[in-house]
Amino acid sequence: MIEHAITPNLVFDVAHMFAGALVLISFLMLYQDRLYALLNVFALQAVALALAVAWQAYAQDAPHLYVTAGIALVFKALVIPVSLHRMVARLGIHRQVETAVSIGPTMLAGIALVALSMVVMLKATPAAEALAREDLAFALSVVLLGLLMMVTRRNAVSQVVGFMSLENGLILAATGAKGMPLVVEISVAFSVLIAFIVIGIFLFRIRERFDTVDVDALDRFRGGRA
Amino acid sequence: MPDAAFVAQLPVSGQLFIALAAVVALLALAGLGVATARRPLGRPLVYGGALVVTLVAGLSALTAIAAPAAGLVLPLGIPWIGAHLRLDALSAVFLAVINLGGAAASLYGLGYGRHDHAPERVLPFFPAFLAGMNMVLLADDAYSFLLSWEFMSLASWALVVAHDKEAGNVRAGLVYILMASFGTLALMLAFGLLAAGSGGGYAFDAMREAPPVGAFAALVLALAMLGAGSKAGLVPLHVWLPLAHPAAPSHVSALMSGVMTKVAVYGFIRIVFDLSGPPDWWWGIPVLAAGGVAAVIGVLQALLQGDTKRVLAYSTIENIGLIFVGLGLALAFSANGFPAAAALALTAALFHVLNHAAMKSLLFFGAGAVLTATGTRQMDELGGLIHRMPTTSVVMLIGCAAISALPPLNGFASEWLVFQAVLLSPELPAWGLKLMVPAVGALMALAAALAAACFVRLYGIAFLGRPRSPKAAEAREVDGFSRAAMIALAAVCVGAGLLPGFVIDALQPAVGGLVGQTMPAQGSVAWLSIIPVAESRSSYNGLLVFAFTALSALLAAFAIHRFASGAVRRAPPWDCGFPNASPLAQYSAASFAQPIRRVFARGLFAAREKVEMPPPGALTPARFSASARDPAWAFLFLPLTAAVDYVAERANTLQYLTIRQYLGLVFSALVLLLLVLALWT
Repeated sequence: MIEHAITPNLVFDVAHMFAGALVLISFLMLYQDRLYALLNVFALQAVALALAVAWQAYAQDAPHLYVTAGIALVFKALVIPVSLHRMVARLGIHRQVETAVSIGPTMLAGIALVALSMVVMLKATPAAEALAREDLAFALSVVLLGLLMMVTRRNAVSQVVGFMSLENGLILAATGAKGMPLVVEISVAFSVLIAFIVIGIFLFRIRERFDTVDVDALDRFRGGRA
Repeated sequence: MPDAAFVAQLPVSGQLFIALAAVVALLALAGLGVATARRPLGRPLVYGGALVVTLVAGLSALTAIAAPAAGLVLPLGIPWIGAHLRLDALSAVFLAVINLGGAAASLYGLGYGRHDHAPERVLPFFPAFLAGMNMVLLADDAYSFLLSWEFMSLASWALVVAHDKEAGNVRAGLVYILMASFGTLALMLAFGLLAAGSGGGYAFDAMREAPPVGAFAALVLALAMLGAGSKAGLVPLHVWLPLAHPAAPSHVSALMSGVMTKVAVYGFIRIVFDLSGPPDWWWGIPVLAAGGVAAVIGVLQALLQGDTKRVLAYSTIENIGLIFVGLGLALAFSANGFPAAAALALTAALFHVLNHAAMKSLLFFGAGAVLTATGTRQMDELGGLIHRMPTTSVVMLIGCAAISALPPLNGFASEWLVFQAVLLSPELPAWGLKLMVPAVGALMALAAALAAACFVRLYGIAFLGRPRSPKAAEAREVDGFSRAAMIALAAVCVGAGLLPGFVIDALQPAVGGLVGQTMPAQGSVAWLSIIPVAESRSSYNGLLVFAFTALSALLAAFAIHRFASGAVRRAPPWDCGFPNASPLAQYSAASFAQPIRRVFARGLFAAREKVEMPPPGALTPARFSASARDPAWAFLFLPLTAAVDYVAERANTLQYLTIRQYLGLVFSALVLLLLVLALWT
């Protein structure tokens, strides 16, 4: 064990707190019904992620993780939310979070998903360290909640946010596991950035073409059953 | 995984080298076929080249039967595994059969191909098809085997759809390729199971070292029957065969029916006799049942057809049934500790493989000659060809007699051997086999009798009587190449029938390698008889039967000519009081088969006859129509295709989901898998 000024118990508890905060913020995101609020909560999740990663960097004595935390803070807490803000403002859709499934059942499903990921992870990793186990369980919860958000929202912007939040879960999992090289994290971060750019461009194109960013409109134009 | 150094390396032999060179040469000829297909020189070059190559390869394979096994590993195919090749007695026997059949087809193609209006659709694929069959027989690992098998299937598929403008040919090609893919899938699974036993070694040597046990072995047997059976034409996997074989040009029909089905038989023997280890006592039962059923259903269907080439294709199913009966008997005897009887049954099966390759190729050549001469395959438009096409008529008569198992021809010799093996069945200990083998023998006897009726019908309607159409009346004898090919095959039929002892002796190295014992040597028996078990039980002498038949016929002819008037007098035959009856008043194909259709085909084949009598005073003619169905279509394939259609229709909805619904699918799949993980472990 690495010698620290603080006790291992405290290390565990703080990591636990940050990871739990990520899950909690995922639930907050599921609850939002305005796009601006959703983006703010997303930025908050990115901050929590940066804190969690930074704490991991401290706990594992892995300085390169500070870089990851920095990337998360700069891109996910600032650049992406701000630009999405501006996009929403330009599109004038800040009131639209059309849910396909109403909030209540979504929250219940989210709780079930968290329970599922706990059961799966605790069963699958009996040999791993307690810290890594908890971390992975929370990370899987965040991933599943992000997917849930993508599935239950009609609006393309909230789907983008769901995807980013899913990616937050991935980064949490990656940093929780010891010895994850920085290269991987950087590539993940950049792939998300590129996905964000592509999706952003598509949003405008969709909007130009169909005058809405409701993805179901795409299906109506494609001749499917919306 | 055993590497090449671990498995004892077989020496390379000259015959293996020739076989390999033949494959390369045939592939080169396929390339030549692509280049020269539209030029007049292409046809003689490709068929002539294929003739030379297959002839050399076939003769070299004949010498390889008695030679020790040879092997070679080429650095082709999957890296680090390579392509294993092997030439042992079994593959040499089949190489000889397919290459001699291929040589005959090439010779025939030299003349027949002249009438092909789209040679560029045949010339490249014909040598490729031959090369594919050769490669299957040389392959000694699962990957090379399956690759060659699939290559053979695809090349023959291209030949089936060569004349795609003719009605039904495209559908025949579709059914064929579906069944061929299914068969390859079954074989792939069988090899997977065999390789699992040897720890993932895909070379046949590794599989031989660690044969499957228990349920795995049974599964391998079932998959081999499905895979090889679908290619050979076992009922109910035969449906593609009567569609595809007639669709191809006639020399290719001969190859597919006479030769490619033998490659399937080889695949079955290789997997079940060679790679699966010692058989269980019951392995013979499913093989015997499948063979017996195929024999009877095949020949009954043949009797109901009006198209000459379809008759021949259904007759192939019957003969494959007979071969599988022989193989089933060999399995039963071998598993129950009677290697001598097993050797007899396996010899009979291999002998029939050779015989059927010769006579079915001959008959398809004859049907092709008739098609060239008259432009039709419908028996009801033929008739009287014996006057117009004397050579074709004589060789077709030999072929029909041979396939009807009439002594002294080769068909009789091999079927007689199968029956000798059937007669040994009371020695078997298991009651199931004791009861089943005579029942299958009875099915075979029924099939043999019906086959005789079938070929009397084919020959009688097409070659005897009076021409039923102007086309038949103006038929001309075909070219010299075609006749030469038919005469050569007829000579094989007669030769193998008169001197079966030498053929049996030649097959023994292959038989001994598979069941561990050989039949007693026949070459030294007095008067060239064959004595399969013991002299006190049975013996047969084709030469004697031939001499007796020939002598008595000559004597009768002499007596008639000597004591009757020598003057030739041509007079109209008695016409039942209807002068100048139309040729259509003769027996037709349908009317000849009517008694058998009524007796045998009512139930299973749902044969129905319908007579439409016009009302009094109407000018429309009365109409008679007979219909029958193939039970495999009615009970297996039509419900199956309906089910596939239904599922496809339902699954079609998936094409029109929204993005969110697709995401939902991914999401629910993920959650489901996690749930399984959570509940299972």
